[in-house]
Amino acid sequence: MPKLVSHPDEVKIVTRRFGQGAANIDKYIELGGYDSAKKCLAQGPDWIINEMKASNLRGRGGAGFPTGMKWSFVPKQSPKAKYVLVNGDESEPGTCKDHLIFLHDPHAVIEGTIIAGLAIGSKLGFIYLRGEYRYLLEIMEKAVADAYAKGFLGKNIFGSDTEFQIITQSGAGAYEVGEESALMESLEGKRGVPRIKPPFPAVVGLYGGPTVINNAETIATVPHVIAMGGEAYAAVGSPRNGGTRLFGVSGHVERPGVYELPMGYNLKKIVYDVAGGVRGGRKLKAVVPGGSSTPVLLPEEIESLGMDFDQVGKAGSMLGSGGVVVIDDQTCIVEFALRTISFYQHESCGWCIPCREGTDWLKKSLTRFHAGFGTAKDIDNIQYLAENMMGRTFCPLGDAAAMPTLGFVKKFRKEFEDHLNGKLCPFAKHTELAVV
Amino acid sequence: MADVTITVDGKKLTAPAGALLIDVCRKAGIEIPAFCYYPGLSLQAACRMCVVRQEKVPKLQTACTTTVAEGQVFITDSPEITQARKATIELLLGNHPLDCPVCDAGGECELQDMTFKYGAGESLYAEAKQHREEQQWSPAVFYDRPRCILCYRCIRMCGEGMDVWALGVQNRGASAVIAPNGGDRLDCEQCGMCIDVCPVGALTSGSYRYKTRPWEMNHVSTVCTHCADGCKVTLGVRQSNDGSAIVRADNRDKSGINGDFLCAKGRFGFDFVENPERLSKPLVRNAAGKLEPATWEHALRVAAARLKEVRDSRGGSAIGVIGSNVTTNEENYLLQKFARAVLQTNNIDHERTTDYSAFAHALAGHTGRSASLREIAAAPAILLIGGNPTEEHPLLAWELRTNVRLNRARLYIANTAEIKLERQAKAVLRLSANGYTHLPAYLGGSDAAIANTAFREALLAEESLVVIFGQEYRGAPVEELVQWGVNRPNVRFAFLGDLANSRGAADMGLLPSLLPGYVPVTTPGAFAAEYSGMPTAPGKTHPEMLAAAANGQLGALFIVGANPVSSLRSDPAQLKGTFVIVQDIFLTETAALADVVFPAASLYEKTGTITNTYGDVQLVKKGADRAGTKPDFEILVRLAGAMGVDVKALVPFGKTGMTADLGQSRGAQAGEADRHAVWLAARGLEPKLSPFDPLAALDEIERLVPAYKLDRPNLFGGNDATTDPGFVPVSALSGPDLVTPTHNGLFTSGTLGYYSDSLKDLQRHQTPARAETAAD
Repeated sequence: MPKLVSHPDEVKIVTRRFGQGAANIDKYIELGGYDSAKKCLAQGPDWIINEMKASNLRGRGGAGFPTGMKWSFVPKQSPKAKYVLVNGDESEPGTCKDHLIFLHDPHAVIEGTIIAGLAIGSKLGFIYLRGEYRYLLEIMEKAVADAYAKGFLGKNIFGSDTEFQIITQSGAGAYEVGEESALMESLEGKRGVPRIKPPFPAVVGLYGGPTVINNAETIATVPHVIAMGGEAYAAVGSPRNGGTRLFGVSGHVERPGVYELPMGYNLKKIVYDVAGGVRGGRKLKAVVPGGSSTPVLLPEEIESLGMDFDQVGKAGSMLGSGGVVVIDDQTCIVEFALRTISFYQHESCGWCIPCREGTDWLKKSLTRFHAGFGTAKDIDNIQYLAENMMGRTFCPLGDAAAMPTLGFVKKFRKEFEDHLNGKLCPFAKHTELAVV
Repeated sequence: MADVTITVDGKKLTAPAGALLIDVCRKAGIEIPAFCYYPGLSLQAACRMCVVRQEKVPKLQTACTTTVAEGQVFITDSPEITQARKATIELLLGNHPLDCPVCDAGGECELQDMTFKYGAGESLYAEAKQHREEQQWSPAVFYDRPRCILCYRCIRMCGEGMDVWALGVQNRGASAVIAPNGGDRLDCEQCGMCIDVCPVGALTSGSYRYKTRPWEMNHVSTVCTHCADGCKVTLGVRQSNDGSAIVRADNRDKSGINGDFLCAKGRFGFDFVENPERLSKPLVRNAAGKLEPATWEHALRVAAARLKEVRDSRGGSAIGVIGSNVTTNEENYLLQKFARAVLQTNNIDHERTTDYSAFAHALAGHTGRSASLREIAAAPAILLIGGNPTEEHPLLAWELRTNVRLNRARLYIANTAEIKLERQAKAVLRLSANGYTHLPAYLGGSDAAIANTAFREALLAEESLVVIFGQEYRGAPVEELVQWGVNRPNVRFAFLGDLANSRGAADMGLLPSLLPGYVPVTTPGAFAAEYSGMPTAPGKTHPEMLAAAANGQLGALFIVGANPVSSLRSDPAQLKGTFVIVQDIFLTETAALADVVFPAASLYEKTGTITNTYGDVQLVKKGADRAGTKPDFEILVRLAGAMGVDVKALVPFGKTGMTADLGQSRGAQAGEADRHAVWLAARGLEPKLSPFDPLAALDEIERLVPAYKLDRPNLFGGNDATTDPGFVPVSALSGPDLVTPTHNGLFTSGTLGYYSDSLKDLQRHQTPARAETAAD
């Protein structure tokens, strides 16, 4: 089990039980587990949704949609079965938070799923883990089996006449399936490509039934929101951004790791204080604030930047999945862009033209460019390609590839120009091409 | 749904709420480009070509997924939108090989058209294009991956349209390819619909690829010559050494009763016309007993002399005439008129595939009870009894599937065997071996033989119903079934037959006891005035004719487009003492025994009308031309002329009817105008009205055949005109035991199929696959 990092500024809500053996159901119960679910069972759906709305909890997958509002969209009466879906297809580069939740606190996911089910009147939940999380699937499966054994899941949960079942499912290794409708396709046994919206999942989702689909962190937060009370949880964060967030800090820092910090916490402090500053005393070049799809920020842009959905959005980037990637001054931005785009090229599902062809040509152009065979026109071309993908693709994957590319080209055009005219990459030790 | 008003490019448009913006715009003449959108198939929103700007919406929206609502405002043409579309094409062209000069689709390519419109003339990329080798999936279908733009039309057409689901996507991202499910081999109905819907040249046809450029062909829309559904097919015709050759058949003109559809036979089975064994010269048996090539004049003289001699010496009853299931209505009409009025015999018949006379008999006097194919396609409820349309009536199967899928029609199936269409059925009634005969009683409320009240109750609850029944019915049971229906309101019927003009052959009176329109020969009515000297006693059926020939009772046997020696498994020696004249396109078993053989034109080489099994009459247009052959109509007229008959009495040309020459006469078409003019001048005829113009016969058909009240503007506009057997005042049954269905499947088509290499290849390709499936 990886060593857990810690920092005094952390507010431990979701990570409260980490490192205490809470994967064991008895330990989980001992630490107050399943009390929230029982409370919700007694209080009923309207109360749950009100608490969730009061908590200002916003979706931790990246889009930041208010969770309580999402749940309230599900029709009360439905001729088709309703479902709760936990999106554990954590695949955004730079993001590693759900992984810890499954590892340390699987029952929080189960409990959150039960509560979501009670809130919308569903009898069946699915916990979907990315294909690469097979080893975590075993932990989740055991936790689900234990919950069944205790009677927390099944026909009569907690001895009531309410039914709730959970099925765990592994993906097949596709980033695209992190998109909610693609995940539903995958779960239904089909090719993991996104669906046309509308209809949205809350109306027509899994197997055509109304479906609530939430990120694993969001779901794992739910029992804590119920335990604390929605308003108390909201008070922890910044305006309209309730509670805490698991920030996965990686890259060139002294103490990489996942830190639970209140929403709105200053990004500069995350880099220099929480994560111990840039590795080896080097200078900070840039920060990717929320996973590889979010546009890069310059050091001067993070000075007073509070890490919540609204503030980061105002700064021209996105809070995304909370994956903070720190880039030092020895890093070639062109290569960084190439690495980023290589990922999206590899993961594009191929459904729509701008994403399928755009990511491919971006990768090809950047590969050649970084190898020293670029022309001045290529820089414009790369920007043109990315601009013409933005907002034109079927699902956000195209934007996820185009947004950071635009950021790199616009903010580091000089570095691109330094690769021209047959010059070696200025960051010579990086000249060997990454195997992409 | 209630109508809403939206604004598109400043224009106010009204459309039903919830309609797709792309449809609304296209209907209003506003062009919205799209690769992946295909009407009737599920939405993809994958190509992003149809993007438009909606007021107050931040991103460009895809018109194919936007449903219209009151007050919406759209812009479909602006620099921003043009740029978005151009960028999409630039991306596509990045990997698309620019092999347009050799690509089959060049000139008919939607990507070309869009590039033409939106520019994208400059290549942005320095990298090599992705290349993949071309694949052959079946004799009919080739896949050229680099050309593919992944619009998924083929996958949807195959799955949703055909219910075959033979195609899928392999890999992802830029490596994604279309692939046959389960390997590199297409195991399917080989309909070629995937080729048809492909907007580029990624899917190409085995029979057409690299043959020609689209603009080098004439495109002639005619009717398929294979099954009895009567799909409109567009022949791509090009000049060749000996006439003009068909290089392609497809569904370019989607205005026919088949809409988007065409099956393997229609698409690939045209190549019989080019078969090297095709007859191209008249043959006459010489003194040594061998068939040898002869001139038309000689062959006509020999045949005419013998027919005349037999008629004059032994009477018309010593002559037999057997007609065809694939000749036109006009030819069939003329043939029986020739038999009755010239040869003075009622010994006329054809190889019956369905008991249409029983159908006409049952419907006699009940108008509005016959269902046309268009009515079937729109019927809210259908009862299909017997048959297997997926194999034998692919268009009917398509219409039923589409009707169920898009209109939520309710399909009820009663069959002794499991058929594929049951996947679309609301309810299925499995019948025992003799269940068909019990069905009328069951429908009438009797549970004696069939116990399934739920099926009947569901059926009887339908406000209107189309009943389609198969060849399992003949004779009296047809009557019983139809009787059940005519006693109920809103029940219509369709009867399934086999070949392109089987219905027309029966309708036109190629029957020994029935005149055109199923009028009994014993009461000829209006026909008596036209058919001088017509016998009024029923003649011999075709097996009786062959038996009579064996007994020496038949002096001459005249066979047009039929092969009774093969179909009746006759001993060739039986015909030894009979003078046999055969008109056919191949030297069939029967033709090989003949004394005179006339090389006939196929249905793709003549003009006229044919009637499908639903009674829809369609115009057949001359597409190809094969040197040396003549349409049966012309051969008949010339034969009559050679017998000294007043041709004008036989073919009432110059008297009534349209004056247009639709190309049937060989004059203008084949550069023989002089010969044609001489022939006409010698007989004092107007040059524009040819005795070979079948439309003169159509006039007479309309006048004398009660069911054929045709909507001419519609018919000549290239559409179908329906007939109504209910107009027949009287009728009679005619030999139900003589019905022998051919049960041609997806790749068989009797003699034509035998001479079609394409169909044989497809049959071979599919046979092992089918066997494996059966073993599973």
